[in-house]
Amino acid sequence: MNIIEVKKLHKIYDQDTHPVHAVRGVDLNFKEGEFAAVVGPSGSGKTTFLNMLGGLDDPTEGEIMIDSVNINELSNRKKINFRMNHIGFVFQAYNLIPVLTAKENVEFIMHLQGRSKHDRELRTKELLEAVDLADKLNVRPNKLSGGQQQRVAVARALASKPKFILADEPTANLDSKSAANLLEIMEKLNREEHITFIFSTHDQRVVDKARRVITLDDGMIKSDVQV
Amino acid sequence: MIWSIAWRNVWRNKLRSSVVIIAVSLGLMSGVFSSAFMKGWMGQRMDAVLLTELSYIQIHHPEFKENYEFRYFIEDPDPIMKEIKYLDEDIKLSKRMVINSMVASAETGTGVMIKGIDPEIEMKVSDINKKIIEGTYFADAGRNPVVIGKKLADKLDVSIKNKIILTIQDQDGNITSGAFRVAGIYKTSNTGFDGSTVFVKNHDLATLIGLEPGKAHEIAIVLPDKLDLEEMTEIIAAINPDLLTENWKDLSPEMGYMDDLMGVYMYIIIIIILFALCFAIINTMLMAVLERVKEIGMLMAVGMNKVRVFSMLMLESIFLTLTGGVFGIILGYLIYIFFRKNGLDMSIWGEGLEAMGFAAIIYPEFDYGMIVPIIILVILTGIFSSLYPAFKALRLNPSDAIRTE
Ligand SMILES: Nc1ncnc2c1ncn2[C@@H]1O[C@H](COP(=O)(O)OP(=O)(O)O)[C@@H](O)[C@H]1O
Ligand SMILES: [Mg+2]
Repeated sequence: MNIIEVKKLHKIYDQDTHPVHAVRGVDLNFKEGEFAAVVGPSGSGKTTFLNMLGGLDDPTEGEIMIDSVNINELSNRKKINFRMNHIGFVFQAYNLIPVLTAKENVEFIMHLQGRSKHDRELRTKELLEAVDLADKLNVRPNKLSGGQQQRVAVARALASKPKFILADEPTANLDSKSAANLLEIMEKLNREEHITFIFSTHDQRVVDKARRVITLDDGMIKSDVQV
Repeated sequence: MIWSIAWRNVWRNKLRSSVVIIAVSLGLMSGVFSSAFMKGWMGQRMDAVLLTELSYIQIHHPEFKENYEFRYFIEDPDPIMKEIKYLDEDIKLSKRMVINSMVASAETGTGVMIKGIDPEIEMKVSDINKKIIEGTYFADAGRNPVVIGKKLADKLDVSIKNKIILTIQDQDGNITSGAFRVAGIYKTSNTGFDGSTVFVKNHDLATLIGLEPGKAHEIAIVLPDKLDLEEMTEIIAAINPDLLTENWKDLSPEMGYMDDLMGVYMYIIIIIILFALCFAIINTMLMAVLERVKEIGMLMAVGMNKVRVFSMLMLESIFLTLTGGVFGIILGYLIYIFFRKNGLDMSIWGEGLEAMGFAAIIYPEFDYGMIVPIIILVILTGIFSSLYPAFKALRLNPSDAIRTE
């Protein structure tokens, strides 16, 4: 079953002044349990595409259905709640709240969701163990390496039990070893817990791990291959 | 959790937050202390008005005060006093003869107001006996004692035991003079009063002018705290419809006005100070928002709604302001404690102050009832200062905010 259906998606920035056609007519579906990479050179529209998938930006044209909900028709308020409850985000940087510890960062979304303390603590521990950070529970982000921070971000993204996780260049700021390690953890979560991951990258080693590779060029799909 | 994030955010930039907290502290410290100072100052003036100069309520012949003419006295004061006393055991009364006169020493002469009193009874409504700085308050048995103010003593160049001559126009228009011996010299915080008011025994004055000793021009009344001034004024006026009954607010409207204003004054000072501080707080909050654009964008992206973002920034601003506010109140209180015992000596300006009736040494008075309203004002300032920065944060578009290029 498709969890995401994208139809004739277009995005034009600054339509009135200097229009930039960042995404031009993308049609795509994602199934539950996918481990998909969106690749392409810088400026090809990866971030724009993922932001629209995550409801952070509105398409100029076309529609995005997530679990049969047209997210572009949601009010701003509902969209925020939809994001909180259904989509996990991992960004390239600035993922964590600097004044909170690793544990508190993971707990934070569950807090917003209004989950019980017992629930939160249990899941937080579980998730930080899953990303190999059981020993960093009470450490703040500035005392963690870049790789460790991104792993906390993955744990945080999973905390809300989302339908899928969007990761925009999650390894861009990492050295190759940390990048490989992060990918391994994501892959393990995908394999063992059936978590759906959609991530963008322009790192070949990351692309090699993906089971589906969607190549964007100048805002259009150049290829879409299952590996 | 938003509370703890907000609190920790305050301490992210320790130096910047400390500067604001110190500014708020100092502002409130001066606001709190100057209020205590004003309250003490006014309180002292008030005590002087109520206990030394006017008492709470005075009764006169309706025409007496136009020219202080001798003939407008209260015919039969004693039954009236009895009736008032009957209203409440704790009401204190004294009757006085009040006569405009000339006083002269060997040196010079001047106009004064003579108050003919029964020294024992007068003590119940006035604290003039406690203001004696030389001699005694009618303690010696000698003939025709008079108690005068320091200012008058200096002017006449007389001291204890010296003789002064009081010259009075009696009820038939004849001029009568009598020699009085200075028994005591008093000093209040009001040099105007000290220079123009002399006290003699009721009986001596009556003898001098040939009036029966029972009569009086003035009945002075002091009420216990439990009784309401305005209400009692009306009741007493109703008992004596033929006489003029006035309370101290009628007698000294400017003091009444000051008393009413005092309550407002404190708030005005504090609000002005807080308003000035607002700009520093807004500036700090604005910087806090601008340097955290990406973080706030991320928070909105992952599910923090506008209400929560707004609350977080508002709490941050409240914590910042409140921390300074609490320190400021404590500091102001400590300064008050320091000056409470020994008072603040304003005697460099003392002469001018005393001429206006204000004491030269001021004992501040802390109004504990102000603490909660001040804290509420501080919190409101925090909220007010966060509005603009928070609205700015809400206008962020998460997708733009988190873009890394
Ligand atoms: N907010 C924006 N306003 C105007 N143009 C933008 C904006 N964001 C991205 N673009 C343009 O859209 C195109 C696609 O950018 P982006 O989605 O960031 O690509 P990628 O993530 O693959 O590098 C680029 O030409 C970029 O300059
Ligand atoms: Mg990008």
